[in-house]
Amino acid sequence: MINRLGALGVTFLVIVTLIFGLLRLAPGGPFDGERALPPEIEANLRAAYHLDEPLPQQYVRWLVNLLQGDLGPSFSQKDFSVNELIAEGLPVSLLVGGLALVIALITGVIAGTLAAQRPGGGVDGIIMSLVNLGLAIPGIIAAPVAVLVFAILLQWFPAGGIGSAAHYVLPSIAAALPYSAAIARLWRGAVVESLQEGHVLTARSKGLSEWRVLWRHVFPIASLPLVSYLGPLAAGLLTGTVVVETVFELPGIGRYFVQAALNRDYTLVMGVAVVYAAMILAFNFIVDITYRQIDPRMRLES
Amino acid sequence: MTSRLKQVFAGSVFAAIASITLFSVILFTLLGPSLSGWTAEEVDWDALETPPDDRHHLGTDLVGRDLFTRIAEGGQLSLGIALLATGISVLIGVPWGALAGYVGGRTDQWMMRFVDTLYALPFILVVILIVVVVGRNTWALFAGLGAVYWLDIARIVRGQAIRVRSAAYIQAARSMGASTRWIVIRHVLPNVAGPAFIYATLTVPGIILAESFLSFLGLGVQEPDASWGVLIADGTASMESAPWTLLFPAAFLATTVWSLNLLGDRLRDAWDPKRTRT
Repeated sequence: MINRLGALGVTFLVIVTLIFGLLRLAPGGPFDGERALPPEIEANLRAAYHLDEPLPQQYVRWLVNLLQGDLGPSFSQKDFSVNELIAEGLPVSLLVGGLALVIALITGVIAGTLAAQRPGGGVDGIIMSLVNLGLAIPGIIAAPVAVLVFAILLQWFPAGGIGSAAHYVLPSIAAALPYSAAIARLWRGAVVESLQEGHVLTARSKGLSEWRVLWRHVFPIASLPLVSYLGPLAAGLLTGTVVVETVFELPGIGRYFVQAALNRDYTLVMGVAVVYAAMILAFNFIVDITYRQIDPRMRLES
Repeated sequence: MTSRLKQVFAGSVFAAIASITLFSVILFTLLGPSLSGWTAEEVDWDALETPPDDRHHLGTDLVGRDLFTRIAEGGQLSLGIALLATGISVLIGVPWGALAGYVGGRTDQWMMRFVDTLYALPFILVVILIVVVVGRNTWALFAGLGAVYWLDIARIVRGQAIRVRSAAYIQAARSMGASTRWIVIRHVLPNVAGPAFIYATLTVPGIILAESFLSFLGLGVQEPDASWGVLIADGTASMESAPWTLLFPAAFLATTVWSLNLLGDRLRDAWDPKRTRT
């Protein structure tokens, strides 16, 4: 456990250093606008943001600030610090991402269970066709088409912005769609496989109800591959939230990230990248521990 | 080989539909620009934002450019980038995985720990960082996408390399004094080529999606070039007055990815006996 926490810390440090190194290698700076600034002004600006110091010094300064939770000022949004922007945007992103995660898990598990009941049957055929369709429709299609159909044509939901619960319906469904399909496929395979296990046959022959067999004997085994998929899923949902934040004009950190990348706002890009990396690492860590808890074989090993 | 190819198509109309769709899409992207009578940047002032008709088979966009031509050329770009980036990821991933798997021990541990560390980063982060560093151009995109997608291939190939390491012919080669380099190139690589190829076919649709995602956000292919992602972004901006500008490129992207996914899956199932049973 201590070992794992240490490894987590090292990985985080490596990633943070990579992020810093990559962005400092970048040609061009945040002050390269349409018009060149007078050299004295640019020198002042660079000094104000400590860009005139040698690279190692900048790195140490950034790292020390980072460990104190200070991500520095934003280059492009002059009146805000990166902390303020992230504090403002993170709740929105987490809400959309969390809702999408729940939607993807619930719909995916239900569809996968239904399809696994009779592999090769009619229901399976229909569900798997829908799954294949869902896998081919990325967020950049699902989100605008959802706006077109449900906000512009049918006017059931608002087309963008935040304010009420209704504002979050379309974004979270659009972000969830491809992952709901991926989970359905994974879950179907896992359930089909564990239905063939000996102990499931035994449970059936003892006369347990179908539901009890599934719940007590099939799902626990089938959940193992699903749990290990949660890591990639979180990373994928993050991508999804970036798209829906852009399409639905939600003020989340994904939109800041894209804007900052377009504007070469180093500090904001680094800040959001660090937050993303920290979230993914923490999530993977929790998943890893959960996996060990539910798989008795892994508990024996450690 | 042929029996396995037969297996890909046996018992499923979908595989046939997917192949025909894919073939038609490729043909369309290659021949489309010369069939339409318009170039991709030509502006038809008499037909701004016009729905499909005889002059413009798929309508025109906001500034009167022929959508049929733009989707065809966008397809060339999207498919071309995907193939090139897949090539890059194979070129990095296969030797990396083969060496790690064959040599084993500490080298393997370090090489794969490196892969795991990169793996812990969400792909979008890496690619966006690379795009910010290299600047927004198509070559940065290749580099970024190739740099992310080789990880999966390296893992698959490593697994295969570990499997062949103890094979009799490799032990024979070693006992005859062959160098590691020779064994990896002559014996390990040819034997991991099959799975690597199949995994690469599954990588293509993934890269198409990734590229369109980045281009959609304005971080990938730049105007006046247009990949499908750029066209979908344009279509999103004008969907209220001209829904076809969104729906046509979206339909092309989705059907292409669908076909590639389906064929890739069936190819993998046909080569992997464990998967065919379930």
